[in-house]
Amino acid sequence: MRPPSKPMLKRVAQLLLVVAALFTFMGVGDEDARFQNLGHHLMCVCGCSQILLECNHVGCQYSDRMRVELAAALDHGDNDDLTLQTFVQKYGTTVVAAPSTKGFGRIAWIMPFVALLAGLATVVLVVRAWRLRPTPALADGIQPLRGPELERFRSQADEETEL
Amino acid sequence: MSQFSSIALPQIGSFALLLALGLAGYSFVVGALALIIGGPGSERLGETARRAGIAAFGTILLASVVLVTAAFTDDFSVAYIFHHSNKDLPGPYKFAVLWSGQEGSLLFWSLLLAAYGFVLRLRYKTDPGLFAYASVVIAGVQVFFLLLLNIAAHPFAILEGQIPPDGSGLNPLLQYPEMVIHPPMLYLGYVGFTVPFAFALGALIMRYPGEKWIQITRRWTMVTWGFLTIGIFLGAHWAYSVLGWGGYWGWDPVENASLMPWLMGTAFLHSVMMQEKRGMLKTWNMWLVFSTFWLAILGTFLTRSGIISSVHAFAQSSIGSWFGWFLIITLATFAGFYVANRSHLRSEHKLESIISRESSFLFNNLLFVVACFVVLWGTWFPKISELIQGSKVTVGAPFYNNVAVPVALFLLVLTAVGPLLAWRRTSFESLKRNFMWPAAGALALGVVMMILGVRPWKDISYFYSLMAAMLAALVICTVISEFVRGGRVIAQKTPGLGLLGSMVHLYHRNTRRYGGYIVHFGVAVVIIGILGTPFNREAEKEMGFGDKINIGPYTLVCQSYTQDDNPNFSNEWAIINVFKGNDQITTMYPERRLYKASSQPQTIPRIYPTYSQDLFLVNDLYVVYEGRNEETGRPIIKAHLNPMVPWIWTGLIIMIFGTVTALVPNAAPIAARVPARVQTAPAVGAGD
Repeated sequence: MRPPSKPMLKRVAQLLLVVAALFTFMGVGDEDARFQNLGHHLMCVCGCSQILLECNHVGCQYSDRMRVELAAALDHGDNDDLTLQTFVQKYGTTVVAAPSTKGFGRIAWIMPFVALLAGLATVVLVVRAWRLRPTPALADGIQPLRGPELERFRSQADEETEL
Repeated sequence: MSQFSSIALPQIGSFALLLALGLAGYSFVVGALALIIGGPGSERLGETARRAGIAAFGTILLASVVLVTAAFTDDFSVAYIFHHSNKDLPGPYKFAVLWSGQEGSLLFWSLLLAAYGFVLRLRYKTDPGLFAYASVVIAGVQVFFLLLLNIAAHPFAILEGQIPPDGSGLNPLLQYPEMVIHPPMLYLGYVGFTVPFAFALGALIMRYPGEKWIQITRRWTMVTWGFLTIGIFLGAHWAYSVLGWGGYWGWDPVENASLMPWLMGTAFLHSVMMQEKRGMLKTWNMWLVFSTFWLAILGTFLTRSGIISSVHAFAQSSIGSWFGWFLIITLATFAGFYVANRSHLRSEHKLESIISRESSFLFNNLLFVVACFVVLWGTWFPKISELIQGSKVTVGAPFYNNVAVPVALFLLVLTAVGPLLAWRRTSFESLKRNFMWPAAGALALGVVMMILGVRPWKDISYFYSLMAAMLAALVICTVISEFVRGGRVIAQKTPGLGLLGSMVHLYHRNTRRYGGYIVHFGVAVVIIGILGTPFNREAEKEMGFGDKINIGPYTLVCQSYTQDDNPNFSNEWAIINVFKGNDQITTMYPERRLYKASSQPQTIPRIYPTYSQDLFLVNDLYVVYEGRNEETGRPIIKAHLNPMVPWIWTGLIIMIFGTVTALVPNAAPIAARVPARVQTAPAVGAGD
């Protein structure tokens, strides 16, 4: 049998990547998972600063009621956005455990990646500047080793030390 | 005695603090003058400043002893003692009163700073010039804290009116054994970063020739970093063991405040090697040291000013503005000296290859700084949102999990790859050769996890868990392969030593490098402990006698409830038998207390790590007695099954072991034949 050609292997690899990405980002969407997911995206508003499903205050006036409301919203068939919106209208913006991905809240999510890109660009510029810098001249007319001769000594050092 | 203490103790303490301010002020002003004047006559002036700094430690120690004595003698005429202690408070917690409130914790901060300064000033002969500058900088910081203590947050303030018969008691959350050691460790970390900062600023001002200051600073930084690491993990363990929600990290602003200097300090510990070995990143290291110190102060500002709300912010007051000004002054001072002396910080070498240890450190630093920015940004964003939009938002765990976790995963990649790269240049072949087996090990683990049922496509958290497990395995495999590879070389050259003996010898030859690898190993173990989070399970039930809760393979059966009483608190606890199948494996006693002095309730969860059942895939069985249902009167028990959590604490022990071993001086290397030409090449360093 003829071995698969390289372009074909490449296409299979691409297909596998797409399938893996699809599975990775596809939610299962069952009700219990949604309850858990949304419950971990909401805060208890009693002042304990805990995630709704992690509030452990016995007799907490808010968390038990909020959990019931969340379950009712899911039973009612509300989608995730609508459910969160209902909670925001009732309890205020601080009830959501993370900034919104819309409006001003979007900046919270974007800035870390802006910082990462800016940092990356800086590193690239620094590396470029360093690589373009001329090698400082050595005293007493010693010529620094270059090319194959340098490589020969490097290999020798590697062999002798391997550390 | 009581009458003497009620009159004399606060006065002695107040006087000691005032004297300390005078001595620190003298050390700062006269020390700075001696450095400015220079010349032979200034040496004696400088010596008086050094001695004043040492004496300041004595007076601050006296003030601290007085405050602790006031706690032990129940001197409720001192407002601080009244607010944070009571007669029946156990002895260790009376000692912990020193750092349990605003004024006491500032005194404790000042004491630790003075202690660091004391050690530094005693060791001044290492490099008298540099140490003189560092001493002045430390004295400057000390003056700030002593001004605070003398003016804005006086720990010996007298309670007005009649002296109450008993105090209000210590916050129940703080009445836990770890609270006796967690804050000192954390503070030793926070305060300790003043020392590297002092050396850095001193070196910058005096345009210090060479990199010796970096070597001195590195050891101080490692010690400080070790303390901060212990402090952060003890805090996490305290939260896990006391707060009763089954977690150990909540991304609370106070937790974030400790994480930021830790991230910057870690970045510095890596990039400092670039300067030491290659004379590169000098400017960057200066700013990293400064940022680490600055962020430690910023954290204090955040949590004490009330500007950011936090459940841990136990000490909010008006002193925030003091810290705000201090931050501005330190930034302006450092920036000013940097601008004046930046020409001294030029890099001595150039980057030869992108596949090199140097570039891995660059990217490592980038990721640490971005991680720090994420934490800083997330902590401040509610305030920014309030200022711009007029409405606050919450930035909680979902934000950090989505933004910080990917950065952490990239850092793990570099943790694995970095040690395999050589200084200057690494050939792709060498990288492939060294990387192949660790990568195969990591991939094999990923496959095994998926076979065992981890489905990364089901939820993003499972995907992160799988990636974290694979990368942690990669780190562990690279660390082991580095030890084995180096050990083999020594074993070949030293017959009879054996591979294990050679590996031990290898470590002794370069403790810093291999100690660092052990720290990396510990980090990987911590990651393994964290990655179990998405698989946590919990169950809650009102439990009468004989009632059961099933959680995972375990069954919890309520045997009984019982009560007790002591002068400090009354308590009630459940007796829960735990079964796996038909075998009873343990009995747990989750407890609920009511502290009498403060009338505050407190849950004490019980935790059972299942080492004897699952050694590697260990779970924490975490049981909380939450209290009684107000309507039915029945006790409520909540159980959590938290996979892998015990590995977090194991990882910490490994990290600290690695840090301590990295501080041990190197043993003399085995004599080896080295070609003459190679000896003449410019020194590159040992490769750590």
